[in-house]
Amino acid sequence: MTQIHLTINGKQETIEAPPMKRLLDVLREDLQLTGTKEGCGEGECGACAVILNGDLINSCLIPILQAEGTEITTIEGIAIDEKLHPIQQCFLENGGAQCGICTPGMILATHHLLEKNPKPTLLQIQEGLNGNLCRCTGYTRIFEAVRAAALIGAAR
Amino acid sequence: MRSNVAQYDLTAPTTLDAVLEILANSPENYTPIAGGTELMVALGAGHLQPRKLISLWNLEELRFIEEATDAIIIGAGSTFTDIRNHPAIAKHLPLLTQAASWTGSIANQNRATIGGNIVNASPAADTPPALLVYDATLTLVSIRGERTIPYRDFHLSYKKIDLAPDELLHSITILSNFKSYKTYIRKVGTRNAQAISKVALAAIARTDNNIIETIRIAAASLREIPTRLYATEQSLINKPLTPKTIAHARTTLINESKPIDDIRSTSKYRTAAAANLLEEFLRSL
Repeated sequence: MTQIHLTINGKQETIEAPPMKRLLDVLREDLQLTGTKEGCGEGECGACAVILNGDLINSCLIPILQAEGTEITTIEGIAIDEKLHPIQQCFLENGGAQCGICTPGMILATHHLLEKNPKPTLLQIQEGLNGNLCRCTGYTRIFEAVRAAALIGAAR
Repeated sequence: MRSNVAQYDLTAPTTLDAVLEILANSPENYTPIAGGTELMVALGAGHLQPRKLISLWNLEELRFIEEATDAIIIGAGSTFTDIRNHPAIAKHLPLLTQAASWTGSIANQNRATIGGNIVNASPAADTPPALLVYDATLTLVSIRGERTIPYRDFHLSYKKIDLAPDELLHSITILSNFKSYKTYIRKVGTRNAQAISKVALAAIARTDNNIIETIRIAAASLREIPTRLYATEQSLINKPLTPKTIAHARTTLINESKPIDDIRSTSKYRTAAAANLLEEFLRSL
């Protein structure tokens, strides 16, 4: 077991875990942050995506020791004071979520994209979300949600 | 079945020297892990063999991109995002920028390193064809010192590479003098992102009065290692760009290829597609 210090959604946390435990499992089991989902468990689907030191990453592929000292934002840290984040509101209004398993990763990928590129083209939206799979929506409504979020300047 | 993570050990020294010391002198065998986009998949699936791992992630001695006067030196720990975002690579080595952009997804590019892509030695890996046609040089380090080898000699046979257990890939050096060349890279896969290539081809060439002066061609998923297509190159050098030359090059490429049938494609499709890619490039010259 190794002691790990990290900042999650602005809060400092210390946990004890085997160093190869996946960040995904630490979030869900040790910190009860179950908004981060496990889909494929092999970095293909993006359901476990979180933001680590400003970068979108798949938490199923990070051994917890490599997260020592990092700052992480999960879906739980996106909403502002219990109010939906504008990106979440746009997904809601545009039908960008159905079963919901992919949605936390989609929201974080959108957040990451709009922070780097506030006015993306459709092609750039598709690339920004290229590691996030959705088996319900057919993506069109998700892209519409991201466009709507970009229009209102949601990443700021 | 999921792995029992408690059975695995991971250590994360903060300097390259400390890593090399452990690789050389520890009685246990350590397996290096950088961004984890390969080894953590094996862990998740319950078949990660090495029990002792040593982290290279974010070691500053390995994560750099340096522009020298006539070359670009890329630290093995540079991520695909680092590579995609580097203006000198985009300017001088566009095939590498392109290959980095279609490796995995954005999230994977934020973690996966070019060193990992090389030493993992998948015949389908995305950056090797570009590195082969640019004729990159690898610098390998250990506590015994440093050595450099041409990348074209690094892959020995399937997943076997010229790297000792105490050595690490330190950096990749590529001359930045390809201005006078026409260049080409194309990957054939099921989709743009996340797809492992069915086949990919990279090439550079220089022509004079419709005669091919210099040409290098490399491919992914055509043989058991990322491979230069030397016979195909030889069939083209000093030849005029005619339909006959192109037809002969196609035949040579097909004869030189030894692809496999697997879940992603068939041997027949791979060679046919690769010949088409080559023809597409030759017709653009």
